[in-house]
Amino acid sequence: MTTEPVVEFEDLRRSFTVRKKVGRLRRQTKVVHAVDGISASIQPGEAVGYIGANGAGKSTTIKMLTGILVPSSGRVRTCGYDPVPQRRRLAREIGVVFGQRSQLWWDLPLRDSFRILGAIHRLPTEEVTVRTEQLIDHLGLADLLDTPVRQLSLGERMRGEVAAALVHRPRLLVLDEPTIGLDMISKERLRHFLIAERAECGTTLLLTTHDMGDIERLCDRVLVIDRGRLVFDGTLSSMAERVALQRVLVVDLPEPSPDLQVSAAAHIGSDLDGQRQRLAFSPKETTAARVLAEVTAVTEVVDLTLEEPAIEDIVRTLYGVG
Amino acid sequence: MAELSTGEVYRILLGSRIRSQLAYRTSFWLNVATSVGIGLVEFIEIYAIFSNVAVFGGLNLRQSALVFALGNMGFALADTIFGQLDTIPSYLRMGRLEVLLARPMPLLLQLVTSEVQLRRLGRLAVGVVILIIVLPGLDLSYTAGTAYLLAVTPFVGAAIYGAFFAMAGGLQFFLIDGPEFTSAFVYGGAYAGQLPGSVLITPIRILFTFVFPATVTAYLPSLLIMGLPGPRFLPAWLGWFAPVFAVWAWLLAWLAWRAGIRKFTGAGG
Repeated sequence: MTTEPVVEFEDLRRSFTVRKKVGRLRRQTKVVHAVDGISASIQPGEAVGYIGANGAGKSTTIKMLTGILVPSSGRVRTCGYDPVPQRRRLAREIGVVFGQRSQLWWDLPLRDSFRILGAIHRLPTEEVTVRTEQLIDHLGLADLLDTPVRQLSLGERMRGEVAAALVHRPRLLVLDEPTIGLDMISKERLRHFLIAERAECGTTLLLTTHDMGDIERLCDRVLVIDRGRLVFDGTLSSMAERVALQRVLVVDLPEPSPDLQVSAAAHIGSDLDGQRQRLAFSPKETTAARVLAEVTAVTEVVDLTLEEPAIEDIVRTLYGVG
Repeated sequence: MAELSTGEVYRILLGSRIRSQLAYRTSFWLNVATSVGIGLVEFIEIYAIFSNVAVFGGLNLRQSALVFALGNMGFALADTIFGQLDTIPSYLRMGRLEVLLARPMPLLLQLVTSEVQLRRLGRLAVGVVILIIVLPGLDLSYTAGTAYLLAVTPFVGAAIYGAFFAMAGGLQFFLIDGPEFTSAFVYGGAYAGQLPGSVLITPIRILFTFVFPATVTAYLPSLLIMGLPGPRFLPAWLGWFAPVFAVWAWLLAWLAWRAGIRKFTGAGG
Protein backbone atom coordinates (compact mmCIF):
# COMPACT_ATOMS: atom_id res chain seq x y z
CA MET A 1 0.00 0.00 0.00
CA THR A 2 1.17 3.50 -0.72
CA THR A 3 1.17 6.00 2.07
CA GLU A 4 0.50 8.84 -0.33
CA PRO A 5 -2.18 11.18 0.99
CA VAL A 6 -5.65 10.72 -0.48
CA VAL A 7 -6.16 14.47 -0.63
CA GLU A 8 -3.46 17.08 -0.66
CA PHE A 9 -3.89 20.87 -0.84
CA GLU A 10 -0.97 23.23 -1.11
CA ASP A 11 -1.74 26.92 -0.80
CA LEU A 12 -4.92 26.26 -2.74
CA ARG A 13 -6.74 29.32 -3.97
CA ARG A 14 -9.79 30.06 -6.05
CA SER A 15 -11.17 33.46 -6.79
CA PHE A 16 -14.16 34.51 -8.85
CA THR A 17 -14.73 37.74 -10.66
CA VAL A 18 -18.15 39.12 -9.92
CA ARG A 19 -19.49 41.82 -12.22
CA LYS A 20 -21.92 44.26 -10.79
CA LYS A 21 -23.86 46.87 -12.68
CA VAL A 22 -23.22 50.34 -11.34
CA GLY A 23 -25.42 53.03 -12.79
CA ARG A 24 -26.59 52.71 -16.35
CA LEU A 25 -23.53 51.66 -18.27
CA ARG A 26 -20.67 51.27 -15.88
CA ARG A 27 -19.84 47.90 -14.53
CA GLN A 28 -17.80 47.26 -11.49
CA THR A 29 -15.80 44.08 -11.18
CA LYS A 30 -15.00 42.66 -7.84
CA VAL A 31 -12.74 39.69 -7.13
CA VAL A 32 -14.06 37.33 -4.50
CA HIS A 33 -11.57 34.95 -2.89
CA ALA A 34 -13.71 31.90 -2.22
CA VAL A 35 -10.74 29.78 -1.18
CA ASP A 36 -7.78 31.81 -0.06
CA GLY A 37 -4.69 29.72 0.56
CA ILE A 38 -5.54 26.34 2.08
CA SER A 39 -2.89 23.75 2.86
CA ALA A 40 -3.80 20.38 4.34
CA SER A 41 -3.55 16.71 3.57
CA ILE A 42 -5.79 13.77 4.32
CA GLN A 43 -4.30 10.32 4.83
CA PRO A 44 -5.88 7.05 3.70
CA GLY A 45 -8.54 5.88 6.14
CA GLU A 46 -9.05 9.22 7.84
CA ALA A 47 -12.51 10.61 8.47
CA VAL A 48 -12.45 14.37 8.17
CA GLY A 49 -15.20 16.83 8.88
CA TYR A 50 -15.02 20.01 6.86
CA ILE A 51 -17.08 22.72 8.44
CA GLY A 52 -17.69 26.42 8.03
CA ALA A 53 -20.53 28.89 7.61
CA ASN A 54 -22.46 29.18 4.35
CA GLY A 55 -20.24 30.76 1.72
CA ALA A 56 -17.05 30.01 3.65
CA GLY A 57 -15.58 28.11 0.71
CA LYS A 58 -16.51 24.48 1.44
CA SER A 59 -18.24 23.72 -1.83
CA THR A 60 -15.55 25.49 -3.84
CA THR A 61 -12.91 23.30 -2.19
CA ILE A 62 -14.92 20.17 -2.91
CA LYS A 63 -15.37 21.15 -6.55
CA MET A 64 -11.62 21.61 -6.86
CA LEU A 65 -10.72 18.29 -5.32
CA THR A 66 -13.27 16.40 -7.43
CA GLY A 67 -12.06 17.98 -10.67
CA ILE A 68 -15.10 20.15 -11.38
CA LEU A 69 -13.30 23.44 -10.85
CA VAL A 70 -9.76 24.54 -11.71
CA PRO A 71 -7.83 26.21 -8.86
CA SER A 72 -6.74 29.82 -9.48
CA SER A 73 -3.39 28.93 -7.95
CA GLY A 74 -1.83 26.42 -5.62
CA ARG A 75 -1.98 22.69 -5.96
CA VAL A 76 -4.51 19.98 -5.29
CA ARG A 77 -4.05 16.25 -5.70
CA THR A 78 -6.74 13.69 -5.06
CA CYS A 79 -5.95 9.96 -4.98
CA GLY A 80 -2.68 10.83 -6.70
CA TYR A 81 -4.39 12.57 -9.62
CA ASP A 82 -4.46 16.13 -10.83
CA PRO A 83 -8.25 16.46 -10.55
CA VAL A 84 -9.34 18.56 -13.55
CA PRO A 85 -7.11 17.13 -16.30
CA GLN A 86 -7.54 13.60 -14.95
CA ARG A 87 -11.15 14.00 -13.92
CA ARG A 88 -12.58 10.84 -15.40
CA ARG A 89 -9.81 8.61 -14.06
CA LEU A 90 -10.23 10.23 -10.66
CA ALA A 91 -13.99 9.67 -10.81
CA ARG A 92 -13.42 5.93 -10.61
CA GLU A 93 -11.61 6.34 -7.29
CA ILE A 94 -14.03 8.69 -5.55
CA GLY A 95 -17.69 8.70 -4.64
CA VAL A 96 -19.43 12.03 -4.27
CA VAL A 97 -22.81 12.95 -2.85
CA PHE A 98 -23.78 16.56 -3.44
CA GLY A 99 -26.46 16.87 -0.76
CA GLN A 100 -29.35 18.43 -2.60
CA ARG A 101 -28.44 17.29 -6.09
CA SER A 102 -29.56 13.82 -6.83
CA GLN A 103 -27.44 11.47 -8.85
CA LEU A 104 -30.23 8.92 -9.10
CA TRP A 105 -32.53 8.56 -12.09
CA TRP A 106 -35.72 10.24 -11.03
CA ASP A 107 -38.15 8.13 -13.01
CA LEU A 108 -36.46 4.76 -12.56
CA PRO A 109 -36.55 2.34 -9.63
CA LEU A 110 -33.58 2.58 -7.30
CA ARG A 111 -32.38 -0.82 -8.54
CA ASP A 112 -31.91 0.55 -12.07
CA SER A 113 -29.90 3.53 -10.82
CA PHE A 114 -27.40 1.14 -9.24
CA ARG A 115 -27.23 -0.92 -12.41
CA ILE A 116 -26.65 2.16 -14.58
CA LEU A 117 -23.99 3.55 -12.26
CA GLY A 118 -22.25 0.20 -12.26
CA ALA A 119 -22.24 0.34 -16.06
CA ILE A 120 -20.91 3.90 -16.10
CA HIS A 121 -18.06 2.69 -13.90
CA ARG A 122 -17.65 -0.29 -16.24
CA LEU A 123 -18.05 -2.78 -13.43
CA PRO A 124 -18.85 -6.34 -14.44
CA THR A 125 -22.54 -7.08 -13.97
CA GLU A 126 -21.94 -9.83 -11.36
CA GLU A 127 -19.79 -7.49 -9.31
CA VAL A 128 -22.48 -4.80 -9.36
CA THR A 129 -25.05 -7.35 -8.24
CA VAL A 130 -22.93 -8.53 -5.32
CA ARG A 131 -22.04 -5.00 -4.24
CA THR A 132 -25.60 -3.74 -4.62
CA GLU A 133 -26.94 -6.62 -2.50
CA GLN A 134 -24.42 -5.71 0.19
CA LEU A 135 -25.32 -2.01 0.19
CA ILE A 136 -29.04 -2.73 0.12
CA ASP A 137 -28.66 -5.03 3.06
CA HIS A 138 -26.61 -2.60 5.13
CA LEU A 139 -28.74 0.43 4.34
CA GLY A 140 -32.10 -1.30 4.71
CA LEU A 141 -33.13 -0.49 1.16
CA ALA A 142 -34.55 -3.88 0.21
CA ASP A 143 -38.20 -2.78 0.29
CA LEU A 144 -37.51 0.35 -1.73
CA LEU A 145 -35.67 -1.17 -4.65
CA ASP A 146 -38.59 -1.24 -7.04
CA THR A 147 -39.92 2.18 -6.13
CA PRO A 148 -39.19 4.98 -8.58
CA VAL A 149 -36.80 7.42 -6.95
CA ARG A 150 -39.27 10.31 -7.17
CA GLN A 151 -41.57 8.48 -4.76
CA LEU A 152 -38.94 8.02 -2.04
CA SER A 153 -38.86 10.16 1.08
CA LEU A 154 -35.86 12.42 1.60
CA GLY A 155 -34.31 10.04 4.14
CA GLU A 156 -34.83 7.04 1.88
CA ARG A 157 -33.45 8.88 -1.12
CA MET A 158 -30.40 10.01 0.82
CA ARG A 159 -29.59 6.42 1.76
CA GLY A 160 -29.98 5.61 -1.91
CA GLU A 161 -27.61 8.44 -2.84
CA VAL A 162 -24.93 7.24 -0.46
CA ALA A 163 -25.28 3.68 -1.70
CA ALA A 164 -25.02 4.98 -5.28
CA ALA A 165 -21.78 6.77 -4.45
CA LEU A 166 -20.35 3.53 -3.06
CA VAL A 167 -21.28 1.09 -5.82
CA HIS A 168 -17.79 1.24 -7.30
CA ARG A 169 -16.03 0.93 -3.92
CA PRO A 170 -14.29 4.31 -4.04
CA ARG A 171 -11.17 5.02 -1.99
CA LEU A 172 -12.52 8.43 -1.03
CA LEU A 173 -16.11 9.25 -0.20
CA VAL A 174 -17.03 12.92 -0.31
CA LEU A 175 -20.33 13.83 1.30
CA ASP A 176 -21.59 17.38 0.96
CA GLU A 177 -24.28 17.97 3.59
CA PRO A 178 -25.56 14.39 3.63
CA THR A 179 -27.90 14.79 6.60
CA ILE A 180 -29.45 18.15 5.78
CA GLY A 181 -33.21 18.02 6.22
CA LEU A 182 -33.23 14.48 7.62
CA ASP A 183 -35.08 13.51 10.78
CA MET A 184 -33.15 12.10 13.74
CA ILE A 185 -33.83 8.47 12.88
CA SER A 186 -32.76 8.83 9.26
CA LYS A 187 -29.64 10.68 10.36
CA GLU A 188 -28.70 7.97 12.84
CA ARG A 189 -29.32 5.25 10.30
CA LEU A 190 -27.03 6.89 7.80
CA ARG A 191 -24.34 7.49 10.40
CA HIS A 192 -24.50 3.87 11.56
CA PHE A 193 -24.06 2.71 8.02
CA LEU A 194 -21.11 5.00 7.35
CA ILE A 195 -19.33 3.84 10.49
CA ALA A 196 -19.82 0.18 9.54
CA GLU A 197 -18.86 0.75 5.93
CA ARG A 198 -15.66 2.52 6.91
CA ALA A 199 -14.77 -0.17 9.41
CA GLU A 200 -15.17 -2.78 6.69
CA CYS A 201 -13.66 -1.06 3.64
CA GLY A 202 -11.39 1.57 5.19
CA THR A 203 -12.87 4.23 2.92
CA THR A 204 -11.48 7.70 3.50
CA LEU A 205 -14.27 10.13 4.31
CA LEU A 206 -14.53 13.84 3.75
CA LEU A 207 -17.74 15.34 5.01
CA THR A 208 -19.15 18.83 5.00
CA THR A 209 -22.01 19.45 7.34
CA HIS A 210 -23.86 21.92 9.48
CA ASP A 211 -24.64 19.23 11.99
CA MET A 212 -22.12 18.80 14.80
CA GLY A 213 -23.73 15.43 15.48
CA ASP A 214 -22.35 14.16 12.14
CA ILE A 215 -18.89 15.33 13.07
CA GLU A 216 -18.96 13.85 16.55
CA ARG A 217 -20.26 10.50 15.38
CA LEU A 218 -18.24 10.12 12.21
CA CYS A 219 -15.07 12.17 12.16
CA ASP A 220 -11.80 11.98 14.00
CA ARG A 221 -10.45 15.16 12.51
CA VAL A 222 -11.99 18.54 11.82
CA LEU A 223 -11.06 21.25 9.34
CA VAL A 224 -12.74 24.58 9.91
CA ILE A 225 -12.86 27.09 7.09
CA ASP A 226 -13.83 30.72 7.42
CA ARG A 227 -13.86 33.20 4.57
CA GLY A 228 -11.67 30.96 2.47
CA ARG A 229 -9.02 30.35 5.11
CA LEU A 230 -8.41 27.36 7.32
CA VAL A 231 -8.88 28.50 10.91
CA PHE A 232 -8.62 25.09 12.54
CA ASP A 233 -7.14 21.71 11.65
CA GLY A 234 -7.00 19.15 14.40
CA THR A 235 -8.74 16.36 16.22
CA LEU A 236 -12.27 16.71 17.45
CA SER A 237 -11.09 16.50 21.06
CA SER A 238 -8.55 19.28 20.61
CA MET A 239 -11.32 21.39 19.11
CA ALA A 240 -13.55 20.56 22.07
CA GLU A 241 -10.84 21.94 24.34
CA ARG A 242 -11.08 25.28 22.61
CA VAL A 243 -14.79 25.40 21.96
CA ALA A 244 -17.58 24.27 24.22
CA LEU A 245 -19.46 21.69 22.15
CA GLN A 246 -22.43 21.77 24.45
CA ARG A 247 -25.91 20.59 23.67
CA VAL A 248 -28.93 22.47 24.90
CA LEU A 249 -32.02 20.56 25.98
CA VAL A 250 -35.10 22.76 25.80
CA VAL A 251 -38.03 21.47 27.85
CA ASP A 252 -41.59 22.80 27.90
CA LEU A 253 -43.35 22.29 31.23
CA PRO A 254 -47.13 22.23 31.85
CA GLU A 255 -47.04 25.42 33.94
CA PRO A 256 -44.66 28.21 35.01
CA SER A 257 -41.99 26.70 37.26
CA PRO A 258 -38.90 27.78 39.15
CA ASP A 259 -35.50 27.15 37.52
CA LEU A 260 -34.74 23.46 37.30
CA GLN A 261 -31.72 22.17 39.22
CA VAL A 262 -30.17 19.21 37.47
CA SER A 263 -26.83 17.68 38.44
CA ALA A 264 -25.65 16.78 34.94
CA ALA A 265 -26.58 20.03 33.21
CA ALA A 266 -26.49 23.75 33.75
CA HIS A 267 -29.65 25.84 33.67
CA ILE A 268 -28.97 28.59 31.17
CA GLY A 269 -32.31 30.31 30.83
CA SER A 270 -36.05 30.34 31.27
CA ASP A 271 -38.84 31.78 29.13
CA LEU A 272 -42.56 32.31 29.79
CA ASP A 273 -42.03 32.47 33.56
CA GLY A 274 -40.22 29.19 33.56
CA GLN A 275 -42.65 27.29 31.39
CA ARG A 276 -39.81 26.79 28.90
CA GLN A 277 -36.36 26.10 30.29
CA ARG A 278 -32.97 25.64 28.68
CA LEU A 279 -30.41 23.19 30.05
CA ALA A 280 -26.87 22.96 28.69
CA PHE A 281 -24.83 19.78 29.01
CA SER A 282 -21.66 18.33 27.60
CA PRO A 283 -22.29 15.14 25.60
CA LYS A 284 -18.95 13.80 26.77
CA GLU A 285 -20.10 13.76 30.38
CA THR A 286 -23.71 12.75 30.10
CA THR A 287 -26.51 12.08 27.64
CA ALA A 288 -29.71 13.90 26.79
CA ALA A 289 -31.65 10.93 28.12
CA ARG A 290 -30.05 11.20 31.56
CA VAL A 291 -30.69 14.93 31.75
CA LEU A 292 -34.28 14.34 30.71
CA ALA A 293 -34.70 11.55 33.29
CA GLU A 294 -33.59 13.92 36.00
CA VAL A 295 -36.06 16.56 34.83
CA THR A 296 -38.98 14.14 34.59
CA ALA A 297 -38.22 12.96 38.11
CA VAL A 298 -39.26 16.40 39.39
CA THR A 299 -41.79 17.60 36.84
CA GLU A 300 -43.80 16.59 33.82
CA VAL A 301 -42.38 17.49 30.37
CA VAL A 302 -44.86 18.52 27.68
CA ASP A 303 -42.43 18.91 24.82
CA LEU A 304 -38.72 19.00 24.23
CA THR A 305 -36.12 19.88 21.62
CA LEU A 306 -32.40 19.32 21.48
CA GLU A 307 -30.18 22.06 20.11
CA GLU A 308 -26.84 21.22 18.56
CA PRO A 309 -23.98 23.70 18.82
CA ALA A 310 -24.16 26.00 15.80
CA ILE A 311 -21.22 25.82 13.41
CA GLU A 312 -21.30 29.61 13.14
CA ASP A 313 -20.73 29.92 16.90
CA ILE A 314 -17.88 27.44 16.80
CA VAL A 315 -16.20 29.31 13.95
CA ARG A 316 -16.63 32.61 15.76
CA THR A 317 -15.05 31.21 18.92
CA LEU A 318 -12.16 29.65 17.03
CA TYR A 319 -11.59 32.83 15.12
CA GLY A 320 -11.66 34.89 18.30
CA VAL A 321 -9.22 32.55 20.01
CA GLY A 322 -6.94 31.69 17.11
CA MET B 1 -13.45 -9.95 -13.41
CA ALA B 2 -13.12 -8.12 -16.69
CA GLU B 3 -14.29 -4.60 -17.19
CA LEU B 4 -17.42 -4.02 -19.20
CA SER B 5 -16.79 -3.23 -22.83
CA THR B 6 -17.97 0.11 -24.18
CA GLY B 7 -20.69 -1.65 -26.14
CA GLU B 8 -22.11 -3.32 -23.05
CA VAL B 9 -22.03 -0.02 -21.13
CA TYR B 10 -24.18 1.69 -23.75
CA ARG B 11 -26.47 -1.31 -24.09
CA ILE B 12 -27.25 -1.11 -20.36
CA LEU B 13 -27.66 2.68 -20.40
CA LEU B 14 -29.87 2.81 -23.46
CA GLY B 15 -31.81 -0.28 -22.46
CA SER B 16 -32.89 1.35 -19.22
CA ARG B 17 -33.97 4.53 -20.99
CA ILE B 18 -35.96 2.67 -23.59
CA ARG B 19 -37.67 0.50 -21.00
CA SER B 20 -38.70 3.53 -18.99
CA GLN B 21 -40.23 5.17 -22.06
CA LEU B 22 -42.19 2.10 -23.00
CA ALA B 23 -43.50 1.74 -19.46
CA TYR B 24 -46.29 4.19 -20.21
CA ARG B 25 -47.63 2.93 -23.52
CA THR B 26 -50.44 5.39 -24.08
CA SER B 27 -48.34 8.40 -23.39
CA PHE B 28 -45.57 6.98 -25.56
CA TRP B 29 -47.84 6.52 -28.59
CA LEU B 30 -49.40 9.95 -28.07
CA ASN B 31 -45.92 11.41 -28.18
CA VAL B 32 -45.11 9.46 -31.32
CA ALA B 33 -48.28 10.81 -32.91
CA THR B 34 -47.28 14.38 -32.00
CA SER B 35 -43.87 13.80 -33.51
CA VAL B 36 -45.46 12.50 -36.72
CA GLY B 37 -47.66 15.60 -36.69
CA ILE B 38 -44.65 17.91 -36.53
CA GLY B 39 -43.07 16.16 -39.50
CA LEU B 40 -46.31 16.43 -41.49
CA VAL B 41 -46.80 20.11 -40.73
CA GLU B 42 -43.30 20.80 -41.97
CA PHE B 43 -44.02 18.97 -45.18
CA ILE B 44 -47.30 20.84 -45.65
CA GLU B 45 -45.23 24.02 -45.65
CA ILE B 46 -43.33 22.78 -48.68
CA TYR B 47 -46.54 21.58 -50.26
CA ALA B 48 -48.16 24.96 -49.74
CA ILE B 49 -45.35 26.68 -51.61
CA PHE B 50 -46.00 24.46 -54.60
CA SER B 51 -49.68 25.26 -54.70
CA ASN B 52 -48.54 28.77 -55.73
CA VAL B 53 -45.46 28.05 -57.85
CA ALA B 54 -44.54 25.16 -60.09
CA VAL B 55 -40.81 25.37 -59.54
CA PHE B 56 -39.07 26.31 -56.29
CA GLY B 57 -35.32 26.90 -56.32
CA GLY B 58 -35.07 25.02 -59.58
CA LEU B 59 -36.90 21.97 -58.26
CA ASN B 60 -40.46 20.77 -58.74
CA LEU B 61 -42.62 19.42 -55.93
CA ARG B 62 -41.47 15.83 -56.28
CA GLN B 63 -37.81 16.86 -56.34
CA SER B 64 -38.23 19.18 -53.36
CA ALA B 65 -39.99 16.38 -51.53
CA LEU B 66 -36.91 14.20 -51.99
CA VAL B 67 -34.74 16.93 -50.42
CA PHE B 68 -37.25 17.30 -47.62
CA ALA B 69 -37.48 13.57 -46.97
CA LEU B 70 -33.74 13.00 -46.80
CA GLY B 71 -33.15 16.11 -44.66
CA ASN B 72 -36.00 15.22 -42.37
CA MET B 73 -34.78 11.67 -41.86
CA GLY B 74 -31.30 12.89 -40.95
CA PHE B 75 -32.70 15.47 -38.58
CA ALA B 76 -35.14 13.05 -36.95
CA LEU B 77 -32.29 10.62 -36.23
CA ALA B 78 -30.10 13.40 -34.82
CA ASP B 79 -32.98 14.72 -32.75
CA THR B 80 -33.62 11.26 -31.30
CA ILE B 81 -30.01 10.82 -30.28
CA PHE B 82 -28.75 14.34 -29.55
CA GLY B 83 -31.99 16.25 -28.92
CA GLN B 84 -31.36 15.93 -25.20
CA LEU B 85 -28.50 18.42 -25.42
CA ASP B 86 -30.96 21.30 -25.41
CA THR B 87 -31.64 20.58 -21.72
CA ILE B 88 -28.17 21.76 -20.69
CA PRO B 89 -29.51 25.10 -19.37
CA SER B 90 -31.75 23.28 -16.92
CA TYR B 91 -28.84 21.08 -15.81
CA LEU B 92 -26.82 24.25 -15.27
CA ARG B 93 -29.58 25.97 -13.36
CA MET B 94 -30.23 23.04 -11.08
CA GLY B 95 -26.54 22.40 -10.48
CA ARG B 96 -26.85 18.86 -11.81
CA LEU B 97 -23.87 19.11 -14.11
CA GLU B 98 -21.50 18.71 -11.15
CA VAL B 99 -23.01 15.31 -10.49
CA LEU B 100 -22.41 14.23 -14.08
CA LEU B 101 -18.87 15.57 -14.07
CA ALA B 102 -18.02 13.45 -11.04
CA ARG B 103 -18.59 10.30 -13.11
CA PRO B 104 -16.06 8.48 -15.28
CA MET B 105 -17.87 8.97 -18.58
CA PRO B 106 -17.64 11.88 -21.02
CA LEU B 107 -20.29 14.48 -20.26
CA LEU B 108 -21.58 14.58 -23.82
CA LEU B 109 -22.23 10.84 -23.81
CA GLN B 110 -23.91 10.99 -20.41
CA LEU B 111 -26.26 13.71 -21.59
CA VAL B 112 -26.98 11.92 -24.84
CA THR B 113 -27.76 8.64 -23.13
CA SER B 114 -29.71 10.30 -20.34
CA GLU B 115 -32.75 10.44 -22.57
CA VAL B 116 -32.96 8.88 -25.99
CA GLN B 117 -36.34 10.00 -27.22
CA LEU B 118 -37.73 7.17 -29.24
CA ARG B 119 -40.90 9.13 -29.87
CA ARG B 120 -38.92 11.48 -32.05
CA LEU B 121 -38.61 8.61 -34.48
CA GLY B 122 -42.21 9.38 -35.43
CA ARG B 123 -40.77 12.14 -37.50
CA LEU B 124 -38.38 9.73 -39.16
CA ALA B 125 -41.38 7.70 -40.27
CA VAL B 126 -42.78 10.78 -42.07
CA GLY B 127 -39.51 11.15 -43.98
CA VAL B 128 -39.42 7.46 -44.89
CA VAL B 129 -43.04 7.47 -46.14
CA ILE B 130 -42.50 10.58 -48.27
CA LEU B 131 -39.35 9.06 -49.71
CA ILE B 132 -41.18 5.87 -50.64
CA ILE B 133 -43.96 7.89 -52.29
CA VAL B 134 -41.78 10.23 -54.35
CA LEU B 135 -38.98 7.90 -55.43
CA PRO B 136 -40.83 5.95 -58.17
CA GLY B 137 -42.04 9.15 -59.85
CA LEU B 138 -38.57 10.68 -60.04
CA ASP B 139 -37.47 8.46 -62.88
CA LEU B 140 -34.03 7.88 -61.48
CA SER B 141 -31.33 5.80 -63.08
CA TYR B 142 -30.38 3.49 -60.27
CA THR B 143 -26.64 3.19 -60.24
CA ALA B 144 -24.38 2.09 -57.41
CA GLY B 145 -23.83 5.80 -56.77
CA THR B 146 -27.50 6.68 -56.28
CA ALA B 147 -28.07 3.59 -54.13
CA TYR B 148 -25.10 4.60 -51.97
CA LEU B 149 -26.33 8.18 -51.63
CA LEU B 150 -29.88 7.11 -50.75
CA ALA B 151 -28.62 4.72 -48.10
CA VAL B 152 -25.94 6.89 -46.56
CA THR B 153 -27.37 10.42 -46.74
CA PRO B 154 -29.78 10.13 -43.77
CA PHE B 155 -26.94 8.92 -41.55
CA VAL B 156 -24.43 11.50 -42.67
CA GLY B 157 -27.19 14.08 -42.29
CA ALA B 158 -27.83 12.82 -38.76
CA ALA B 159 -24.12 13.20 -37.99
CA ILE B 160 -24.12 16.79 -39.25
CA TYR B 161 -27.29 17.78 -37.38
CA GLY B 162 -25.93 16.00 -34.31
CA ALA B 163 -22.87 18.23 -34.53
CA PHE B 164 -25.22 21.24 -34.62
CA PHE B 165 -26.80 20.08 -31.37
CA ALA B 166 -23.37 19.64 -29.78
CA MET B 167 -22.18 23.05 -31.03
CA ALA B 168 -25.25 24.73 -29.60
CA GLY B 169 -24.77 22.69 -26.42
CA GLY B 170 -21.23 23.99 -26.00
CA LEU B 171 -22.39 27.55 -26.51
CA GLN B 172 -25.04 27.18 -23.79
CA PHE B 173 -22.29 27.47 -21.21
CA PHE B 174 -21.67 31.02 -22.34
CA LEU B 175 -25.26 32.13 -22.60
CA ILE B 176 -27.85 32.86 -20.03
CA ASP B 177 -31.21 31.57 -21.19
CA GLY B 178 -29.68 29.65 -24.03
CA PRO B 179 -32.63 27.50 -25.14
CA GLU B 180 -33.85 30.14 -27.58
CA PHE B 181 -30.42 30.24 -29.10
CA THR B 182 -30.25 26.48 -29.49
CA SER B 183 -33.65 26.50 -31.12
CA ALA B 184 -32.69 29.25 -33.54
CA PHE B 185 -29.41 27.60 -34.39
CA VAL B 186 -30.39 23.95 -34.58
CA TYR B 187 -33.89 24.28 -36.00
CA GLY B 188 -32.79 27.11 -38.26
CA GLY B 189 -30.05 24.84 -39.58
CA ALA B 190 -32.51 21.99 -40.01
CA TYR B 191 -34.93 24.25 -41.86
CA ALA B 192 -32.19 25.42 -44.21
CA GLY B 193 -31.19 21.80 -44.76
CA GLN B 194 -34.64 20.65 -45.81
CA LEU B 195 -35.13 23.35 -48.43
CA PRO B 196 -33.58 23.44 -51.88
CA GLY B 197 -30.29 25.20 -51.10
CA SER B 198 -30.67 27.34 -54.19
CA VAL B 199 -33.44 29.42 -52.58
CA LEU B 200 -31.05 30.70 -49.92
CA ILE B 201 -29.37 34.01 -50.77
CA THR B 202 -25.70 33.62 -51.55
CA PRO B 203 -24.09 34.53 -48.19
CA ILE B 204 -26.55 32.31 -46.30
CA ARG B 205 -26.00 29.55 -48.84
CA ILE B 206 -22.24 29.73 -48.27
CA LEU B 207 -22.68 29.94 -44.49
CA PHE B 208 -24.94 26.88 -44.41
CA THR B 209 -22.61 24.90 -46.66
CA PHE B 210 -19.04 25.72 -45.83
CA VAL B 211 -19.39 26.70 -42.17
CA PHE B 212 -22.49 24.89 -40.94
CA PRO B 213 -22.96 22.29 -43.67
CA ALA B 214 -26.78 22.06 -43.65
CA THR B 215 -27.21 21.95 -47.43
CA VAL B 216 -24.92 18.91 -47.49
CA THR B 217 -27.39 16.89 -45.39
CA ALA B 218 -29.97 16.57 -48.18
CA TYR B 219 -29.92 19.13 -50.98
CA LEU B 220 -26.51 18.35 -52.51
CA PRO B 221 -26.86 14.55 -52.33
CA SER B 222 -30.36 14.91 -53.80
CA LEU B 223 -28.96 16.86 -56.75
CA LEU B 224 -26.48 14.04 -57.34
CA ILE B 225 -29.22 11.43 -57.07
CA MET B 226 -31.35 13.30 -59.61
CA GLY B 227 -28.37 14.18 -61.81
CA LEU B 228 -28.96 17.93 -61.58
CA PRO B 229 -26.29 20.65 -61.47
CA GLY B 230 -26.00 22.87 -58.41
CA PRO B 231 -26.48 26.62 -58.16
CA ARG B 232 -23.68 29.16 -57.88
CA PHE B 233 -21.03 28.29 -55.25
CA LEU B 234 -22.79 24.99 -54.66
CA PRO B 235 -21.67 22.47 -57.31
CA ALA B 236 -23.55 19.19 -56.95
CA TRP B 237 -20.35 17.12 -56.75
CA LEU B 238 -19.79 18.55 -53.25
CA GLY B 239 -22.48 16.08 -52.24
CA TRP B 240 -19.99 13.23 -52.59
CA PHE B 241 -17.97 14.86 -49.83
CA ALA B 242 -20.79 14.88 -47.28
CA PRO B 243 -18.83 12.67 -44.84
CA VAL B 244 -15.96 15.18 -44.97
CA PHE B 245 -18.40 17.96 -44.11
CA ALA B 246 -19.65 15.84 -41.22
CA VAL B 247 -16.11 15.53 -39.89
CA TRP B 248 -15.71 19.30 -40.23
CA ALA B 249 -18.98 19.91 -38.37
CA TRP B 250 -17.87 17.64 -35.54
CA LEU B 251 -14.55 19.42 -35.35
CA LEU B 252 -16.44 22.67 -34.78
CA ALA B 253 -18.72 20.93 -32.32
CA TRP B 254 -15.76 19.50 -30.42
CA LEU B 255 -14.17 22.95 -30.16
CA ALA B 256 -17.42 24.55 -28.98
CA TRP B 257 -18.07 21.76 -26.50
CA ARG B 258 -14.54 21.83 -25.11
CA ALA B 259 -14.71 25.62 -24.74
CA GLY B 260 -18.04 25.21 -22.91
CA ILE B 261 -16.64 22.68 -20.45
CA ARG B 262 -13.55 24.78 -19.91
CA LYS B 263 -15.76 27.76 -19.16
CA PHE B 264 -17.74 25.70 -16.67
CA THR B 265 -14.70 24.31 -14.86
CA GLY B 266 -13.17 27.77 -14.76
CA ALA B 267 -10.22 26.74 -16.92
CA GLY B 268 -10.69 29.70 -19.23
CA GLY B 269 -12.50 29.73 -22.59
